[in-house]
Amino acid sequence: MNLFPRGTLMPFLFACVVAFGVLLPLMMMVTISLNPDEQDILVSMGTLKSFIPEVISFQNYIDVWTDPARPFFRYMMNTAIVTLATLAISITINSMAAFVVAQGSLPGKKGVLLFIVATIAVPAESLVLPQLILAGKLGLVDTYVVQILPGIANALSIFLFFQFFSRIPKDLFEAAELDGFSFFQKYRHIALPLSRPVISAVAILQFLEMWNAYLWPVMVTRGPEVRPLTVAMGAFFGTNQRIPWGDVMAFAVSMAVPVILFFLLMQRQFIASVMSSGVKG
Amino acid sequence: MPSFSNGRSQEVAMLVPAMLCLVLIIVVPFALSVGFSFTDQRLMPRPIPTRFIGVTNYERMFADRLFWQAIGNTVLFTVLVVPFQLAISLTVAMALNAAIPFRGLFRTVAILPLLLPITVVVAIWAVLYRIPTGPLNAVYQLFAGSENYIDFIGGSDTAMVALVVLSAWATFPYQMLIYLAGLQDVPGDLYEAAELDGATAWQRFRFVTWPSLRNVNIFLLIITTIQALKLFTQVSVMTRGGPNGSTTTIIYYLFQQGFTSQKIGYASAISVFFFVAVTTIAVLQRVFLKNEGEA
Repeated sequence: MNLFPRGTLMPFLFACVVAFGVLLPLMMMVTISLNPDEQDILVSMGTLKSFIPEVISFQNYIDVWTDPARPFFRYMMNTAIVTLATLAISITINSMAAFVVAQGSLPGKKGVLLFIVATIAVPAESLVLPQLILAGKLGLVDTYVVQILPGIANALSIFLFFQFFSRIPKDLFEAAELDGFSFFQKYRHIALPLSRPVISAVAILQFLEMWNAYLWPVMVTRGPEVRPLTVAMGAFFGTNQRIPWGDVMAFAVSMAVPVILFFLLMQRQFIASVMSSGVKG
Repeated sequence: MPSFSNGRSQEVAMLVPAMLCLVLIIVVPFALSVGFSFTDQRLMPRPIPTRFIGVTNYERMFADRLFWQAIGNTVLFTVLVVPFQLAISLTVAMALNAAIPFRGLFRTVAILPLLLPITVVVAIWAVLYRIPTGPLNAVYQLFAGSENYIDFIGGSDTAMVALVVLSAWATFPYQMLIYLAGLQDVPGDLYEAAELDGATAWQRFRFVTWPSLRNVNIFLLIITTIQALKLFTQVSVMTRGGPNGSTTTIIYYLFQQGFTSQKIGYASAISVFFFVAVTTIAVLQRVFLKNEGEA
Protein backbone atom coordinates (compact mmCIF):
# COMPACT_ATOMS: atom_id res chain seq x y z
CA MET A 1 0.00 0.00 0.00
CA ASN A 2 1.22 3.43 -0.87
CA LEU A 3 1.73 5.41 2.35
CA PHE A 4 1.19 8.70 0.55
CA PRO A 5 -1.86 8.83 -1.71
CA ARG A 6 -1.46 11.33 -4.54
CA GLY A 7 -1.00 14.91 -3.33
CA THR A 8 -0.47 14.11 0.34
CA LEU A 9 3.32 14.21 0.56
CA MET A 10 3.49 18.01 0.81
CA PRO A 11 0.71 18.26 3.41
CA PHE A 12 2.44 15.51 5.38
CA LEU A 13 5.78 17.32 5.35
CA PHE A 14 4.08 20.56 6.35
CA ALA A 15 2.27 18.77 9.18
CA CYS A 16 5.66 17.54 10.40
CA VAL A 17 6.98 21.11 10.43
CA VAL A 18 3.95 22.26 12.42
CA ALA A 19 4.31 19.37 14.86
CA PHE A 20 7.94 20.33 15.46
CA GLY A 21 6.98 23.98 15.86
CA VAL A 22 4.51 23.00 18.57
CA LEU A 23 6.46 20.23 20.26
CA LEU A 24 9.95 21.77 20.46
CA PRO A 25 8.87 24.61 22.78
CA LEU A 26 6.92 22.11 24.88
CA MET A 27 9.93 19.77 25.06
CA MET A 28 12.02 22.73 26.16
CA MET A 29 9.50 23.53 28.90
CA VAL A 30 9.65 19.96 30.22
CA THR A 31 13.45 19.65 29.86
CA ILE A 32 14.16 22.83 31.79
CA SER A 33 11.69 21.80 34.48
CA LEU A 34 13.66 18.59 35.04
CA ASN A 35 17.01 20.35 35.49
CA PRO A 36 17.65 21.25 39.14
CA ASP A 37 20.72 23.38 38.39
CA GLU A 38 19.71 26.98 37.55
CA GLN A 39 23.25 27.84 36.49
CA ASP A 40 23.32 24.90 34.10
CA ILE A 41 19.91 25.89 32.69
CA LEU A 42 21.26 29.32 31.79
CA VAL A 43 24.49 27.99 30.33
CA SER A 44 22.80 25.34 28.20
CA MET A 45 19.99 27.57 26.90
CA GLY A 46 20.10 27.59 23.13
CA THR A 47 21.87 24.25 22.91
CA LEU A 48 20.25 20.86 22.40
CA LYS A 49 20.58 20.32 26.15
CA SER A 50 17.59 22.59 26.72
CA PHE A 51 15.41 20.38 24.53
CA ILE A 52 16.50 16.87 25.50
CA PRO A 53 16.86 16.19 29.22
CA GLU A 54 20.31 15.12 30.36
CA VAL A 55 19.41 14.83 33.99
CA ILE A 56 15.98 13.90 35.27
CA SER A 57 15.32 15.39 38.66
CA PHE A 58 12.02 16.30 40.26
CA GLN A 59 13.65 18.81 42.60
CA ASN A 60 12.02 21.82 40.87
CA TYR A 61 8.62 20.15 41.15
CA ILE A 62 9.10 19.45 44.84
CA ASP A 63 10.22 23.07 45.28
CA VAL A 64 7.21 24.65 43.58
CA TRP A 65 4.72 22.26 45.17
CA THR A 66 5.98 23.01 48.67
CA ASP A 67 6.86 26.70 48.41
CA PRO A 68 4.85 28.38 51.19
CA ALA A 69 5.16 31.81 49.54
CA ARG A 70 3.61 30.49 46.33
CA PRO A 71 1.25 27.67 47.36
CA PHE A 72 0.73 25.79 44.11
CA PHE A 73 -2.10 23.54 45.25
CA ARG A 74 -3.94 26.43 46.83
CA TYR A 75 -3.80 28.30 43.50
CA MET A 76 -4.92 25.17 41.72
CA MET A 77 -7.87 24.75 44.05
CA ASN A 78 -8.78 28.43 43.54
CA THR A 79 -8.72 28.01 39.78
CA ALA A 80 -10.79 24.81 40.00
CA ILE A 81 -13.39 26.38 42.31
CA VAL A 82 -13.78 29.55 40.26
CA THR A 83 -13.86 27.73 36.92
CA LEU A 84 -16.26 24.95 37.94
CA ALA A 85 -18.61 27.34 39.76
CA THR A 86 -18.66 29.69 36.78
CA LEU A 87 -19.38 26.88 34.33
CA ALA A 88 -22.12 25.32 36.49
CA ILE A 89 -23.94 28.56 37.26
CA SER A 90 -23.47 30.03 33.80
CA ILE A 91 -24.78 26.96 32.00
CA THR A 92 -27.75 26.62 34.35
CA ILE A 93 -29.05 30.18 34.33
CA ASN A 94 -28.19 30.94 30.71
CA SER A 95 -29.77 27.78 29.30
CA MET A 96 -32.92 28.41 31.37
CA ALA A 97 -33.20 31.97 30.08
CA ALA A 98 -32.57 30.80 26.53
CA PHE A 99 -35.33 28.22 26.82
CA VAL A 100 -37.81 30.90 27.89
CA VAL A 101 -36.85 33.11 24.95
CA ALA A 102 -36.96 30.19 22.48
CA GLN A 103 -40.03 28.26 23.62
CA GLY A 104 -41.84 30.42 26.17
CA SER A 105 -45.02 32.45 25.84
CA LEU A 106 -44.00 35.67 27.60
CA PRO A 107 -44.82 38.91 25.82
CA GLY A 108 -41.77 40.98 24.91
CA LYS A 109 -39.56 37.98 24.08
CA LYS A 110 -38.34 39.73 20.92
CA GLY A 111 -37.15 42.67 22.98
CA VAL A 112 -35.33 40.37 25.39
CA LEU A 113 -33.60 38.65 22.47
CA LEU A 114 -32.51 42.00 21.04
CA PHE A 115 -31.15 43.01 24.43
CA ILE A 116 -29.16 39.75 24.65
CA VAL A 117 -27.69 40.17 21.17
CA ALA A 118 -26.77 43.79 21.95
CA THR A 119 -24.88 42.82 25.11
CA ILE A 120 -22.80 40.21 23.20
CA ALA A 121 -21.08 43.14 21.53
CA VAL A 122 -19.86 44.79 24.74
CA PRO A 123 -16.18 43.89 25.28
CA ALA A 124 -15.67 42.80 28.90
CA GLU A 125 -12.36 44.69 28.99
CA SER A 126 -14.17 48.03 28.68
CA LEU A 127 -16.15 47.31 31.88
CA VAL A 128 -13.46 46.25 34.34
CA LEU A 129 -13.01 49.63 36.05
CA PRO A 130 -16.66 50.31 37.00
CA GLN A 131 -16.97 46.62 37.88
CA LEU A 132 -13.99 47.02 40.21
CA ILE A 133 -15.59 50.03 41.89
CA LEU A 134 -18.88 48.13 42.32
CA ALA A 135 -17.00 45.15 43.73
CA GLY A 136 -15.26 47.46 46.20
CA LYS A 137 -18.58 49.03 47.27
CA LEU A 138 -20.11 45.57 47.80
CA GLY A 139 -17.06 44.36 49.75
CA LEU A 140 -16.39 41.60 47.22
CA VAL A 141 -12.73 42.33 46.44
CA ASP A 142 -10.48 39.32 47.08
CA THR A 143 -13.27 36.72 47.04
CA TYR A 144 -14.26 33.80 44.82
CA VAL A 145 -17.62 35.43 44.10
CA VAL A 146 -16.09 38.46 42.40
CA GLN A 147 -14.15 36.17 40.07
CA ILE A 148 -17.23 34.09 39.26
CA LEU A 149 -19.70 36.91 38.56
CA PRO A 150 -18.37 38.33 35.26
CA GLY A 151 -18.30 34.88 33.68
CA ILE A 152 -21.92 34.04 34.42
CA ALA A 153 -23.23 37.17 32.69
CA ASN A 154 -22.69 35.56 29.32
CA ALA A 155 -24.94 36.75 26.52
CA LEU A 156 -23.11 34.64 23.92
CA SER A 157 -23.89 31.49 25.86
CA ILE A 158 -27.60 32.46 26.08
CA PHE A 159 -27.56 33.03 22.34
CA LEU A 160 -25.95 29.66 21.52
CA PHE A 161 -28.53 27.87 23.68
CA PHE A 162 -31.32 29.95 22.14
CA GLN A 163 -30.30 28.92 18.61
CA PHE A 164 -30.37 25.26 19.60
CA PHE A 165 -33.63 25.37 21.60
CA SER A 166 -35.55 27.19 18.89
CA ARG A 167 -34.73 24.38 16.43
CA ILE A 168 -36.24 21.62 18.62
CA PRO A 169 -39.47 20.44 16.91
CA LYS A 170 -42.61 21.79 18.63
CA ASP A 171 -44.39 18.42 18.64
CA LEU A 172 -41.87 17.07 21.16
CA PHE A 173 -43.08 19.67 23.63
CA GLU A 174 -46.74 19.25 22.70
CA ALA A 175 -46.56 15.55 23.50
CA ALA A 176 -44.97 16.39 26.84
CA GLU A 177 -47.71 18.89 27.61
CA LEU A 178 -50.30 16.14 27.15
CA ASP A 179 -48.35 14.16 29.75
CA GLY A 180 -48.77 17.10 32.13
CA PHE A 181 -45.22 18.48 31.94
CA SER A 182 -44.81 21.99 33.31
CA PHE A 183 -42.71 24.54 31.44
CA PHE A 184 -39.74 23.89 33.69
CA GLN A 185 -40.12 20.13 33.29
CA LYS A 186 -40.08 20.51 29.49
CA TYR A 187 -36.79 22.39 29.87
CA ARG A 188 -35.34 19.98 32.39
CA HIS A 189 -36.45 16.66 30.92
CA ILE A 190 -36.64 17.31 27.16
CA ALA A 191 -34.60 20.33 26.10
CA LEU A 192 -31.62 19.94 28.42
CA PRO A 193 -30.90 16.24 27.71
CA LEU A 194 -31.01 17.03 23.97
CA SER A 195 -28.58 19.91 24.30
CA ARG A 196 -25.42 18.07 25.32
CA PRO A 197 -23.50 19.25 22.23
CA VAL A 198 -24.30 22.90 23.04
CA ILE A 199 -23.50 22.42 26.70
CA SER A 200 -20.08 21.06 25.88
CA ALA A 201 -19.42 23.77 23.27
CA VAL A 202 -20.40 26.52 25.72
CA ALA A 203 -18.43 24.85 28.53
CA ILE A 204 -15.28 24.57 26.43
CA LEU A 205 -15.43 28.15 25.14
CA GLN A 206 -15.99 29.43 28.65
CA PHE A 207 -13.31 27.17 30.09
CA LEU A 208 -10.74 28.54 27.63
CA GLU A 209 -11.79 32.06 28.56
CA MET A 210 -11.45 31.39 32.31
CA TRP A 211 -8.18 29.53 31.85
CA ASN A 212 -6.75 32.62 30.14
CA ALA A 213 -8.38 35.21 32.40
CA TYR A 214 -5.77 37.62 33.67
CA LEU A 215 -6.88 41.28 33.66
CA TRP A 216 -9.82 40.80 36.02
CA PRO A 217 -8.18 38.41 38.52
CA VAL A 218 -5.09 40.64 38.69
CA MET A 219 -7.31 43.56 39.63
CA VAL A 220 -9.57 41.84 42.18
CA THR A 221 -7.25 39.41 43.98
CA ARG A 222 -4.53 40.39 46.43
CA GLY A 223 -3.11 37.26 48.02
CA PRO A 224 -2.85 33.50 47.53
CA GLU A 225 -6.16 32.82 49.31
CA VAL A 226 -8.27 33.28 46.18
CA ARG A 227 -5.73 33.94 43.40
CA PRO A 228 -5.87 31.68 40.35
CA LEU A 229 -2.91 29.80 38.83
CA THR A 230 -2.53 32.10 35.82
CA VAL A 231 -1.94 35.16 38.00
CA ALA A 232 0.52 33.24 40.18
CA MET A 233 2.36 32.23 37.00
CA GLY A 234 2.49 35.84 35.80
CA ALA A 235 3.89 36.92 39.18
CA PHE A 236 7.16 35.06 38.45
CA PHE A 237 7.85 37.89 36.00
CA GLY A 238 6.72 40.74 38.20
CA THR A 239 9.92 41.31 40.16
CA ASN A 240 13.33 42.47 39.10
CA GLN A 241 14.94 39.43 40.61
CA ARG A 242 16.53 36.82 38.42
CA ILE A 243 13.82 34.49 37.13
CA PRO A 244 14.20 30.91 38.46
CA TRP A 245 13.59 29.17 35.13
CA GLY A 246 13.58 25.64 36.54
CA ASP A 247 10.83 26.57 38.99
CA VAL A 248 8.89 28.56 36.38
CA MET A 249 8.84 25.62 34.01
CA ALA A 250 7.96 23.10 36.73
CA PHE A 251 5.08 25.38 37.70
CA ALA A 252 4.04 25.68 34.04
CA VAL A 253 4.12 21.91 33.46
CA SER A 254 2.23 21.28 36.71
CA MET A 255 -0.61 23.55 35.67
CA ALA A 256 -0.72 22.45 32.03
CA VAL A 257 -0.66 18.68 32.49
CA PRO A 258 -4.09 18.18 34.11
CA VAL A 259 -5.77 20.16 31.34
CA ILE A 260 -3.85 18.35 28.60
CA LEU A 261 -4.71 14.95 30.10
CA PHE A 262 -8.37 15.90 30.33
CA PHE A 263 -8.25 17.04 26.71
CA LEU A 264 -6.68 13.78 25.53
CA LEU A 265 -9.53 11.88 27.20
CA MET A 266 -12.23 14.11 25.73
CA GLN A 267 -10.54 14.91 22.45
CA ARG A 268 -13.38 14.00 20.10
CA GLN A 269 -15.94 16.10 21.98
CA PHE A 270 -13.47 18.94 22.30
CA ILE A 271 -12.75 19.10 18.57
CA ALA A 272 -16.42 18.73 17.65
CA SER A 273 -17.43 21.44 20.12
CA VAL A 274 -14.89 24.01 18.98
CA MET A 275 -15.75 23.29 15.36
CA SER A 276 -19.46 23.80 16.02
CA SER A 277 -18.80 27.11 17.77
CA GLY A 278 -17.88 28.70 14.48
CA VAL A 279 -20.66 27.67 12.14
CA LYS A 280 -22.47 30.96 12.33
CA GLY A 281 -20.71 32.92 9.62
CA MET B 1 -56.55 28.59 34.36
CA PRO B 2 -54.12 28.04 37.25
CA SER B 3 -51.70 25.92 35.21
CA PHE B 4 -51.45 28.72 32.66
CA SER B 5 -50.49 31.41 35.14
CA ASN B 6 -48.25 28.89 36.84
CA GLY B 7 -46.43 28.38 33.51
CA ARG B 8 -45.98 32.13 33.09
CA SER B 9 -44.51 32.55 36.56
CA GLN B 10 -42.15 29.66 35.92
CA GLU B 11 -41.01 31.36 32.74
CA VAL B 12 -40.35 34.60 34.58
CA ALA B 13 -38.47 32.76 37.32
CA MET B 14 -36.28 31.04 34.72
CA LEU B 15 -35.58 34.22 32.79
CA VAL B 16 -34.83 36.59 35.66
CA PRO B 17 -31.49 35.26 37.02
CA ALA B 18 -29.67 35.58 33.69
CA MET B 19 -31.22 38.95 32.91
CA LEU B 20 -30.34 40.26 36.36
CA CYS B 21 -26.73 39.20 35.81
CA LEU B 22 -26.57 40.91 32.42
CA VAL B 23 -27.99 44.10 33.90
CA LEU B 24 -25.81 44.15 37.03
CA ILE B 25 -22.57 43.00 35.41
CA ILE B 26 -22.80 44.56 31.96
CA VAL B 27 -25.46 47.27 31.68
CA VAL B 28 -24.89 49.04 35.02
CA PRO B 29 -21.07 49.08 34.68
CA PHE B 30 -21.44 50.27 31.11
CA ALA B 31 -23.66 53.16 32.23
CA LEU B 32 -21.25 53.90 35.10
CA SER B 33 -18.36 53.92 32.67
CA VAL B 34 -20.05 56.51 30.49
CA GLY B 35 -20.97 58.51 33.60
CA PHE B 36 -17.46 58.37 35.12
CA SER B 37 -15.95 59.56 31.87
CA PHE B 38 -17.46 63.00 32.51
CA THR B 39 -16.10 63.21 36.08
CA ASP B 40 -12.79 63.24 37.93
CA GLN B 41 -13.65 59.97 39.73
CA ARG B 42 -10.71 58.22 41.46
CA LEU B 43 -10.37 54.56 42.37
CA MET B 44 -9.86 55.17 46.11
CA PRO B 45 -12.25 57.53 47.94
CA ARG B 46 -10.85 61.02 48.51
CA PRO B 47 -11.80 63.80 50.92
CA ILE B 48 -12.74 66.03 47.95
CA PRO B 49 -16.00 64.89 46.33
CA THR B 50 -16.00 63.72 42.72
CA ARG B 51 -16.92 66.54 40.35
CA PHE B 52 -18.62 66.68 36.97
CA ILE B 53 -16.02 68.04 34.56
CA GLY B 54 -17.81 67.84 31.21
CA VAL B 55 -15.80 66.58 28.26
CA THR B 56 -12.43 67.44 29.82
CA ASN B 57 -11.38 63.77 29.92
CA TYR B 58 -12.15 63.37 26.23
CA GLU B 59 -10.27 66.57 25.35
CA ARG B 60 -7.28 65.37 27.36
CA MET B 61 -7.49 61.94 25.74
CA PHE B 62 -7.43 63.25 22.19
CA ALA B 63 -4.47 65.48 23.08
CA ASP B 64 -2.63 62.66 24.90
CA ARG B 65 0.41 61.53 22.94
CA LEU B 66 0.57 58.25 24.91
CA PHE B 67 -3.06 57.50 24.09
CA TRP B 68 -2.36 57.84 20.36
CA GLN B 69 0.75 55.74 20.73
CA ALA B 70 -1.38 53.03 22.37
CA ILE B 71 -3.89 53.23 19.50
CA GLY B 72 -1.07 52.98 16.97
CA ASN B 73 0.45 49.98 18.75
CA THR B 74 -2.90 48.20 18.98
CA VAL B 75 -3.63 48.79 15.30
CA LEU B 76 -0.12 47.62 14.37
CA PHE B 77 -0.51 44.44 16.40
CA THR B 78 -3.94 43.74 14.88
CA VAL B 79 -2.84 44.39 11.31
CA LEU B 80 0.14 42.07 11.76
CA VAL B 81 -1.41 39.25 13.76
CA VAL B 82 -4.75 38.81 11.99
CA PRO B 83 -3.48 37.92 8.49
CA PHE B 84 -0.48 36.04 9.89
CA GLN B 85 -2.54 33.92 12.26
CA LEU B 86 -5.36 33.26 9.80
CA ALA B 87 -2.89 32.25 7.08
CA ILE B 88 -1.18 29.80 9.44
CA SER B 89 -4.50 28.43 10.66
CA LEU B 90 -5.83 27.88 7.13
CA THR B 91 -2.61 26.29 5.87
CA VAL B 92 -2.42 23.93 8.84
CA ALA B 93 -6.13 23.11 8.49
CA MET B 94 -5.65 22.23 4.81
CA ALA B 95 -2.67 20.00 5.60
CA LEU B 96 -4.57 18.27 8.39
CA ASN B 97 -7.66 17.88 6.21
CA ALA B 98 -5.69 15.92 3.58
CA ALA B 99 -5.55 12.13 3.83
CA ILE B 100 -2.07 12.11 5.37
CA PRO B 101 -0.72 9.30 7.58
CA PHE B 102 -1.08 9.84 11.36
CA ARG B 103 -3.62 12.59 10.73
CA GLY B 104 -5.31 12.15 14.12
CA LEU B 105 -1.99 12.41 15.92
CA PHE B 106 -1.01 15.55 14.01
CA ARG B 107 -4.35 17.14 14.88
CA THR B 108 -3.87 16.35 18.57
CA VAL B 109 -0.41 17.89 18.56
CA ALA B 110 -1.55 21.00 16.68
CA ILE B 111 -4.25 21.71 19.29
CA LEU B 112 -1.86 21.63 22.28
CA PRO B 113 -0.95 25.36 22.36
CA LEU B 114 -4.63 26.25 22.79
CA LEU B 115 -4.68 24.30 26.05
CA LEU B 116 -1.85 26.27 27.62
CA PRO B 117 -2.91 29.40 29.48
CA ILE B 118 -1.35 32.48 27.95
CA THR B 119 0.89 33.09 30.97
CA VAL B 120 2.52 29.67 30.40
CA VAL B 121 2.98 30.51 26.72
CA VAL B 122 4.66 33.75 27.73
CA ALA B 123 7.05 31.85 30.03
CA ILE B 124 8.02 29.48 27.20
CA TRP B 125 8.60 32.28 24.71
CA ALA B 126 10.50 34.36 27.25
CA VAL B 127 13.07 31.57 27.18
CA LEU B 128 12.97 31.17 23.39
CA TYR B 129 13.55 34.94 22.96
CA ARG B 130 16.23 35.14 25.66
CA ILE B 131 19.42 37.14 25.18
CA PRO B 132 22.19 36.55 24.49
CA THR B 133 21.91 32.77 24.23
CA GLY B 134 18.24 31.78 23.90
CA PRO B 135 17.28 29.13 21.32
CA LEU B 136 16.13 31.65 18.72
CA ASN B 137 19.33 33.65 19.07
CA ALA B 138 21.32 30.42 18.79
CA VAL B 139 19.60 29.77 15.46
CA TYR B 140 20.23 33.36 14.39
CA GLN B 141 23.92 33.16 15.30
CA LEU B 142 24.21 29.87 13.45
CA PHE B 143 22.93 31.44 10.23
CA ALA B 144 24.46 34.90 10.68
CA GLY B 145 27.78 33.32 11.61
CA SER B 146 28.43 36.02 14.21
CA GLU B 147 28.35 36.51 17.94
CA ASN B 148 25.68 39.23 17.64
CA TYR B 149 22.25 38.64 19.02
CA ILE B 150 18.78 40.13 18.58
CA ASP B 151 17.07 41.54 21.65
CA PHE B 152 13.61 40.39 20.56
CA ILE B 153 11.71 41.60 23.63
CA GLY B 154 14.01 44.49 24.60
CA GLY B 155 14.18 46.21 21.20
CA SER B 156 11.52 48.78 20.29
CA ASP B 157 11.50 47.54 16.69
CA THR B 158 11.17 43.86 17.47
CA ALA B 159 9.06 43.70 20.65
CA MET B 160 5.73 43.97 18.85
CA VAL B 161 6.69 41.38 16.26
CA ALA B 162 7.80 39.10 19.09
CA LEU B 163 4.32 39.46 20.63
CA VAL B 164 2.68 38.76 17.26
CA VAL B 165 4.55 35.47 16.79
CA LEU B 166 3.91 34.38 20.37
CA SER B 167 0.21 35.22 20.16
CA ALA B 168 -0.26 33.45 16.84
CA TRP B 169 1.46 30.35 18.23
CA ALA B 170 -0.73 30.44 21.33
CA THR B 171 -4.14 30.66 19.68
CA PHE B 172 -3.92 29.50 16.04
CA PRO B 173 -5.47 26.08 16.86
CA TYR B 174 -8.85 27.70 17.51
CA GLN B 175 -9.04 29.24 14.04
CA MET B 176 -7.54 26.07 12.60
CA LEU B 177 -10.40 23.96 14.01
CA ILE B 178 -13.00 26.38 12.63
CA TYR B 179 -11.30 26.24 9.22
CA LEU B 180 -11.20 22.45 9.44
CA ALA B 181 -14.96 22.44 10.00
CA GLY B 182 -15.35 24.78 7.03
CA LEU B 183 -13.16 22.62 4.78
CA GLN B 184 -15.20 19.55 5.63
CA ASP B 185 -18.32 21.37 4.47
CA VAL B 186 -16.90 22.01 0.98
CA PRO B 187 -18.84 19.64 -1.34
CA GLY B 188 -16.50 16.87 -2.54
CA ASP B 189 -17.99 16.78 -6.04
CA LEU B 190 -16.75 20.34 -6.61
CA TYR B 191 -13.20 19.02 -6.28
CA GLU B 192 -13.96 16.07 -8.55
CA ALA B 193 -15.38 18.39 -11.18
CA ALA B 194 -12.35 20.66 -10.89
CA GLU B 195 -10.06 17.68 -11.25
CA LEU B 196 -11.88 16.49 -14.38
CA ASP B 197 -11.35 19.96 -15.81
CA GLY B 198 -7.63 19.53 -15.14
CA ALA B 199 -7.40 22.22 -12.44
CA THR B 200 -4.04 22.56 -10.71
CA ALA B 201 -3.77 22.43 -6.92
CA TRP B 202 -3.58 26.24 -6.83
CA GLN B 203 -6.64 26.55 -9.08
CA ARG B 204 -8.58 24.12 -6.90
CA PHE B 205 -7.74 26.29 -3.89
CA ARG B 206 -8.43 29.57 -5.66
CA PHE B 207 -11.72 28.61 -7.32
CA VAL B 208 -13.19 25.92 -5.07
CA THR B 209 -11.79 26.06 -1.52
CA TRP B 210 -11.44 29.82 -1.05
CA PRO B 211 -14.94 30.82 -2.24
CA SER B 212 -16.50 28.03 -0.16
CA LEU B 213 -14.83 29.37 2.98
CA ARG B 214 -16.34 32.83 2.59
CA ASN B 215 -18.62 32.70 5.64
CA VAL B 216 -15.94 31.06 7.76
CA ASN B 217 -13.47 33.76 6.72
CA ILE B 218 -15.83 36.57 7.68
CA PHE B 219 -16.56 34.99 11.05
CA LEU B 220 -12.87 34.40 11.81
CA LEU B 221 -11.81 37.81 10.55
CA ILE B 222 -14.21 39.49 12.96
CA ILE B 223 -13.46 37.41 16.04
CA THR B 224 -9.69 37.40 15.45
CA THR B 225 -9.68 41.18 14.98
CA ILE B 226 -11.65 41.76 18.19
CA GLN B 227 -9.40 39.36 20.05
CA ALA B 228 -6.33 41.24 18.80
CA LEU B 229 -7.72 44.64 19.77
CA LYS B 230 -8.03 43.40 23.36
CA LEU B 231 -4.35 42.42 23.68
CA PHE B 232 -3.34 42.71 27.32
CA THR B 233 -1.92 39.67 29.14
CA GLN B 234 1.14 39.12 26.96
CA VAL B 235 2.02 42.80 27.28
CA SER B 236 1.38 42.89 31.00
CA VAL B 237 3.53 39.84 31.78
CA MET B 238 6.25 40.00 29.14
CA THR B 239 7.01 43.59 28.10
CA ARG B 240 5.11 45.80 30.59
CA GLY B 241 4.26 48.05 27.66
CA GLY B 242 7.89 48.70 26.83
CA PRO B 243 10.46 49.28 25.58
CA ASN B 244 9.69 53.01 25.33
CA GLY B 245 5.97 52.34 25.20
CA SER B 246 6.32 50.43 21.94
CA THR B 247 4.01 47.62 23.11
CA THR B 248 1.56 49.62 25.21
CA THR B 249 -1.86 48.63 23.87
CA ILE B 250 -5.18 50.38 24.54
CA ILE B 251 -6.22 47.90 27.22
CA TYR B 252 -2.79 48.06 28.86
CA TYR B 253 -2.94 51.87 28.85
CA LEU B 254 -6.47 51.70 30.28
CA PHE B 255 -5.16 49.41 33.03
CA GLN B 256 -2.23 51.73 33.78
CA GLN B 257 -4.39 54.85 33.91
CA GLY B 258 -7.39 53.40 35.73
CA PHE B 259 -5.83 50.80 38.03
CA THR B 260 -2.18 51.69 38.57
CA SER B 261 -2.66 55.49 38.52
CA GLN B 262 -6.25 55.22 39.82
CA LYS B 263 -7.61 57.82 37.38
CA ILE B 264 -11.01 56.22 36.84
CA GLY B 265 -12.54 59.24 35.13
CA TYR B 266 -9.85 59.47 32.51
CA ALA B 267 -9.63 55.69 32.02
CA SER B 268 -13.42 55.56 31.59
CA ALA B 269 -13.14 57.93 28.65
CA ILE B 270 -10.61 55.52 27.15
CA SER B 271 -12.91 52.55 27.74
CA VAL B 272 -15.86 54.34 26.12
CA PHE B 273 -13.63 55.07 23.14
CA PHE B 274 -12.53 51.42 23.05
CA PHE B 275 -16.11 50.18 23.11
CA VAL B 276 -17.14 52.49 20.28
CA ALA B 277 -14.07 51.55 18.23
CA VAL B 278 -14.52 47.78 18.63
CA THR B 279 -18.22 47.93 17.82
CA THR B 280 -17.63 50.14 14.78
CA ILE B 281 -14.89 47.88 13.41
CA ALA B 282 -17.02 44.75 13.89
CA VAL B 283 -20.03 46.33 12.21
CA LEU B 284 -17.94 47.77 9.35
CA GLN B 285 -16.28 44.43 8.65
CA ARG B 286 -19.66 42.74 8.54
CA VAL B 287 -21.38 45.34 6.37
CA PHE B 288 -18.44 45.75 4.01
CA LEU B 289 -17.92 42.01 3.50
CA LYS B 290 -21.62 41.23 3.16
CA ASN B 291 -22.07 43.88 0.48
CA GLU B 292 -19.18 42.56 -1.51
CA GLY B 293 -20.72 39.08 -1.42
CA GLU B 294 -24.08 40.33 -2.65
CA ALA B 295 -22.65 42.47 -5.44
